[in-house]
Amino acid sequence: MEVPILKQGEYLIATFQAALSDADLNQLRSGLVQQVVKLRSRGVIVDVTAMDVMDSFASRTLREIAHMIRLRGAVTVIVGIQPEVAFAMVQLGLTLEDVATALDLEEGLAYLNQKFKNTH
Amino acid sequence: MAPAPEIGVAINSDQDIVLARQKGRAKAVELGFSSGDATLIATAISELARNIVAYAGKGRITLKVVNGLNRQGISVIASDDGPGIPDIRQALRDGFSTSGSLGLGLPGVRRLMDEFEITSQPGRGTTVVVKKWRP
Repeated sequence: MEVPILKQGEYLIATFQAALSDADLNQLRSGLVQQVVKLRSRGVIVDVTAMDVMDSFASRTLREIAHMIRLRGAVTVIVGIQPEVAFAMVQLGLTLEDVATALDLEEGLAYLNQKFKNTH
Repeated sequence: MAPAPEIGVAINSDQDIVLARQKGRAKAVELGFSSGDATLIATAISELARNIVAYAGKGRITLKVVNGLNRQGISVIASDDGPGIPDIRQALRDGFSTSGSLGLGLPGVRRLMDEFEITSQPGRGTTVVVKKWRP
Protein backbone atom coordinates (compact mmCIF):
# COMPACT_ATOMS: atom_id res chain seq x y z
CA MET A 1 0.00 0.00 0.00
CA GLU A 2 1.46 3.31 -1.01
CA VAL A 3 1.08 6.12 1.52
CA PRO A 4 -0.11 9.30 -0.18
CA ILE A 5 2.02 12.36 0.52
CA LEU A 6 0.19 15.65 0.07
CA LYS A 7 1.87 18.97 -0.48
CA GLN A 8 0.39 21.86 1.46
CA GLY A 9 2.44 24.98 0.80
CA GLU A 10 5.83 24.51 2.46
CA TYR A 11 4.63 21.43 4.29
CA LEU A 12 4.15 17.78 3.41
CA ILE A 13 1.39 15.71 4.95
CA ALA A 14 1.49 11.91 4.95
CA THR A 15 -1.67 10.18 5.98
CA PHE A 16 -2.92 6.63 5.57
CA GLN A 17 -6.16 4.76 6.10
CA ALA A 18 -4.98 1.30 7.12
CA ALA A 19 -2.38 -0.54 9.15
CA LEU A 20 1.09 -0.37 7.64
CA SER A 21 3.43 -3.28 7.11
CA ASP A 22 7.19 -2.92 7.55
CA ALA A 23 7.57 -2.57 3.78
CA ASP A 24 4.97 0.23 3.74
CA LEU A 25 6.83 2.05 6.51
CA ASN A 26 10.14 1.76 4.66
CA GLN A 27 8.47 3.08 1.53
CA LEU A 28 6.99 5.97 3.53
CA ARG A 29 10.44 6.82 4.85
CA SER A 30 12.12 6.95 1.46
CA GLY A 31 9.12 8.69 -0.16
CA LEU A 32 9.03 11.44 2.46
CA VAL A 33 12.75 12.09 2.41
CA GLN A 34 12.73 12.27 -1.40
CA GLN A 35 9.79 14.67 -1.46
CA VAL A 36 11.30 16.91 1.23
CA VAL A 37 14.42 17.27 -0.91
CA LYS A 38 12.55 17.70 -4.19
CA LEU A 39 10.00 20.22 -2.93
CA ARG A 40 12.29 21.97 -0.43
CA SER A 41 9.66 21.46 2.25
CA ARG A 42 10.19 22.98 5.67
CA GLY A 43 7.76 20.90 7.66
CA VAL A 44 6.39 17.36 7.55
CA ILE A 45 3.34 15.97 9.30
CA VAL A 46 2.88 12.22 9.60
CA ASP A 47 -0.67 11.39 10.63
CA VAL A 48 -0.71 8.00 12.38
CA THR A 49 -4.37 8.09 13.45
CA ALA A 50 -5.10 4.90 11.50
CA MET A 51 -2.18 3.00 12.96
CA ASP A 52 -3.50 0.03 14.95
CA VAL A 53 -0.22 -0.77 16.64
CA MET A 54 3.02 1.12 17.14
CA ASP A 55 5.63 -1.53 17.73
CA SER A 56 9.41 -1.23 17.92
CA PHE A 57 9.83 -1.23 14.15
CA ALA A 58 7.19 1.42 13.49
CA SER A 59 8.47 3.76 16.17
CA ARG A 60 12.07 3.31 15.06
CA THR A 61 11.09 4.11 11.47
CA LEU A 62 9.20 7.24 12.53
CA ARG A 63 12.19 8.38 14.56
CA GLU A 64 14.47 7.78 11.60
CA ILE A 65 12.15 9.78 9.35
CA ALA A 66 12.21 12.70 11.80
CA HIS A 67 16.00 12.58 12.13
CA MET A 68 16.63 12.39 8.39
CA ILE A 69 14.28 15.26 7.75
CA ARG A 70 15.90 17.30 10.49
CA LEU A 71 19.25 16.87 8.74
CA ARG A 72 17.62 18.56 5.76
CA GLY A 73 16.75 21.49 8.03
CA ALA A 74 13.05 20.67 8.11
CA VAL A 75 10.79 19.70 11.02
CA THR A 76 8.62 16.59 11.45
CA VAL A 77 5.55 16.32 13.64
CA ILE A 78 3.85 12.99 14.35
CA VAL A 79 0.14 13.49 14.95
CA GLY A 80 -2.79 11.30 15.94
CA ILE A 81 -1.21 8.64 18.18
CA GLN A 82 -4.29 7.02 19.72
CA PRO A 83 -4.45 6.85 23.55
CA GLU A 84 -4.42 3.05 23.57
CA VAL A 85 -1.50 2.94 21.18
CA ALA A 86 0.38 5.42 23.39
CA PHE A 87 -0.30 3.25 26.44
CA ALA A 88 1.01 0.13 24.69
CA MET A 89 4.09 2.03 23.50
CA VAL A 90 4.98 3.07 27.04
CA GLN A 91 4.49 -0.49 28.32
CA LEU A 92 6.70 -1.77 25.55
CA GLY A 93 9.37 0.77 26.47
CA LEU A 94 9.11 2.81 23.29
CA THR A 95 9.49 6.54 23.26
CA LEU A 96 9.53 9.02 20.44
CA GLU A 97 12.01 11.14 22.32
CA ASP A 98 13.18 14.22 20.47
CA VAL A 99 10.41 13.84 17.89
CA ALA A 100 7.66 16.44 18.00
CA THR A 101 4.13 15.08 18.48
CA ALA A 102 0.75 16.78 18.40
CA LEU A 103 -2.82 15.76 19.05
CA ASP A 104 -4.12 15.94 15.51
CA LEU A 105 -3.52 17.43 12.08
CA GLU A 106 -4.77 20.85 13.12
CA GLU A 107 -2.46 21.02 16.15
CA GLY A 108 0.40 19.73 14.03
CA LEU A 109 -0.09 22.53 11.51
CA ALA A 110 -0.31 25.05 14.37
CA TYR A 111 2.99 23.71 15.74
CA LEU A 112 4.75 24.12 12.39
CA ASN A 113 3.27 27.59 11.83
CA GLN A 114 4.45 28.64 15.28
CA LYS A 115 7.88 27.23 14.58
CA PHE A 116 8.29 29.14 11.33
CA LYS A 117 6.38 32.33 12.05
CA ASN A 118 9.48 34.44 12.73
CA THR A 119 11.41 33.30 9.72
CA HIS A 120 8.98 34.41 6.99
CA MET B 1 -22.06 -21.41 16.91
CA ALA B 2 -19.15 -21.68 19.32
CA PRO B 3 -16.15 -19.58 18.33
CA ALA B 4 -13.14 -21.40 16.92
CA PRO B 5 -10.99 -22.48 19.87
CA GLU B 6 -7.77 -21.90 18.01
CA ILE B 7 -6.56 -19.65 15.21
CA GLY B 8 -3.26 -20.18 13.46
CA VAL B 9 -1.43 -17.67 11.29
CA ALA B 10 1.60 -18.72 9.29
CA ILE B 11 4.32 -16.08 9.53
CA ASN B 12 6.44 -15.85 6.40
CA SER B 13 6.77 -12.14 5.73
CA ASP B 14 6.17 -8.70 7.19
CA GLN B 15 2.64 -8.73 5.72
CA ASP B 16 1.82 -11.69 7.95
CA ILE B 17 2.85 -9.66 11.01
CA VAL B 18 -0.01 -7.24 10.30
CA LEU B 19 -2.44 -10.12 9.65
CA ALA B 20 -1.50 -11.91 12.89
CA ARG B 21 -1.95 -8.84 15.07
CA GLN B 22 -5.27 -7.99 13.42
CA LYS B 23 -6.56 -11.50 14.07
CA GLY B 24 -5.29 -11.28 17.64
CA ARG B 25 -7.05 -7.99 18.24
CA ALA B 26 -10.31 -9.35 16.79
CA LYS B 27 -10.08 -12.45 18.98
CA ALA B 28 -9.34 -10.36 22.09
CA VAL B 29 -12.34 -8.10 21.44
CA GLU B 30 -14.52 -11.15 20.82
CA LEU B 31 -13.43 -12.51 24.22
CA GLY B 32 -14.52 -9.29 25.88
CA PHE B 33 -11.17 -7.56 26.35
CA SER B 34 -11.30 -3.76 26.37
CA SER B 35 -9.98 -2.04 23.30
CA GLY B 36 -6.97 -0.89 25.34
CA ASP B 37 -6.10 -4.44 26.33
CA ALA B 38 -6.72 -5.60 22.76
CA THR B 39 -4.12 -3.06 21.62
CA LEU B 40 -1.61 -4.40 24.17
CA ILE B 41 -2.22 -7.93 22.91
CA ALA B 42 -1.94 -6.84 19.26
CA THR B 43 1.32 -5.04 20.04
CA ALA B 44 2.75 -8.12 21.74
CA ILE B 45 1.78 -10.26 18.73
CA SER B 46 3.43 -7.75 16.41
CA GLU B 47 6.72 -7.97 18.31
CA LEU B 48 6.64 -11.77 18.55
CA ALA B 49 5.81 -12.16 14.86
CA ARG B 50 8.58 -9.73 13.98
CA ASN B 51 11.08 -11.80 15.96
CA ILE B 52 10.03 -14.81 13.88
CA VAL B 53 10.60 -12.95 10.60
CA ALA B 54 13.87 -11.39 11.79
CA TYR B 55 15.51 -14.42 13.39
CA ALA B 56 13.87 -17.54 11.95
CA GLY B 57 12.44 -16.37 8.62
CA LYS B 58 9.21 -18.24 9.13
CA GLY B 59 7.08 -19.69 11.87
CA ARG B 60 3.62 -19.58 13.30
CA ILE B 61 1.44 -17.54 15.62
CA THR B 62 -1.34 -19.50 17.32
CA LEU B 63 -4.11 -17.82 19.28
CA LYS B 64 -5.99 -19.82 21.89
CA VAL B 65 -8.70 -19.19 24.39
CA VAL B 66 -7.56 -20.23 27.86
CA ASN B 67 -9.78 -20.91 30.83
CA GLY B 68 -8.57 -20.37 34.37
CA LEU B 69 -10.38 -21.08 37.61
CA ASN B 70 -12.71 -18.13 37.43
CA ARG B 71 -11.42 -16.36 34.45
CA GLN B 72 -10.86 -16.48 30.76
CA GLY B 73 -7.97 -15.22 28.76
CA ILE B 74 -6.07 -15.38 25.53
CA SER B 75 -2.87 -17.23 24.88
CA VAL B 76 -0.51 -16.35 22.05
CA ILE B 77 2.01 -18.95 20.97
CA ALA B 78 4.84 -17.85 18.71
CA SER B 79 6.83 -20.79 17.43
CA ASP B 80 9.56 -21.26 14.88
CA ASP B 81 12.17 -23.80 13.80
CA GLY B 82 14.84 -21.16 13.55
CA PRO B 83 18.33 -20.98 15.03
CA GLY B 84 17.09 -20.69 18.60
CA ILE B 85 18.37 -18.36 21.30
CA PRO B 86 21.72 -19.34 22.81
CA ASP B 87 21.34 -17.17 25.91
CA ILE B 88 17.73 -16.59 26.94
CA ARG B 89 18.61 -14.50 29.98
CA GLN B 90 20.51 -12.10 27.77
CA ALA B 91 17.64 -11.98 25.27
CA LEU B 92 15.27 -10.98 28.06
CA ARG B 93 17.37 -8.01 29.03
CA ASP B 94 16.23 -4.59 27.84
CA GLY B 95 18.34 -3.24 25.04
CA PHE B 96 19.74 -6.53 23.82
CA SER B 97 19.43 -7.46 20.15
CA THR B 98 21.36 -9.44 17.60
CA SER B 99 19.23 -8.60 14.55
CA GLY B 100 19.98 -4.88 14.52
CA SER B 101 16.47 -4.07 15.70
CA LEU B 102 15.64 -2.12 18.82
CA GLY B 103 16.21 -5.07 21.08
CA LEU B 104 13.38 -4.45 23.41
CA GLY B 105 11.14 -7.04 21.84
CA LEU B 106 11.07 -9.77 24.48
CA PRO B 107 11.25 -7.75 27.70
CA GLY B 108 8.67 -5.37 26.24
CA VAL B 109 6.34 -8.23 25.36
CA ARG B 110 6.71 -9.53 28.89
CA ARG B 111 5.51 -6.20 30.24
CA LEU B 112 2.54 -6.08 27.87
CA MET B 113 1.18 -9.46 28.93
CA ASP B 114 0.36 -11.22 32.24
CA GLU B 115 2.29 -14.43 31.71
CA PHE B 116 5.39 -15.12 29.68
CA GLU B 117 7.16 -18.37 28.95
CA ILE B 118 9.99 -19.05 26.56
CA THR B 119 11.68 -22.24 25.49
CA SER B 120 14.46 -22.32 22.99
CA GLN B 121 16.90 -24.89 21.76
CA PRO B 122 19.88 -23.79 19.71
CA GLY B 123 19.48 -25.19 16.20
CA ARG B 124 15.93 -26.35 16.91
CA GLY B 125 13.84 -23.25 17.32
CA THR B 126 12.05 -21.05 19.80
CA THR B 127 8.58 -21.05 21.30
CA VAL B 128 7.21 -18.12 23.25
CA VAL B 129 3.87 -18.48 25.04
CA VAL B 130 2.24 -15.36 26.47
CA LYS B 131 -1.12 -15.00 28.15
CA LYS B 132 -3.37 -12.20 29.13
CA TRP B 133 -6.33 -12.66 31.47
CA ARG B 134 -9.50 -10.69 31.13
CA PRO B 135 -9.95 -8.50 34.19
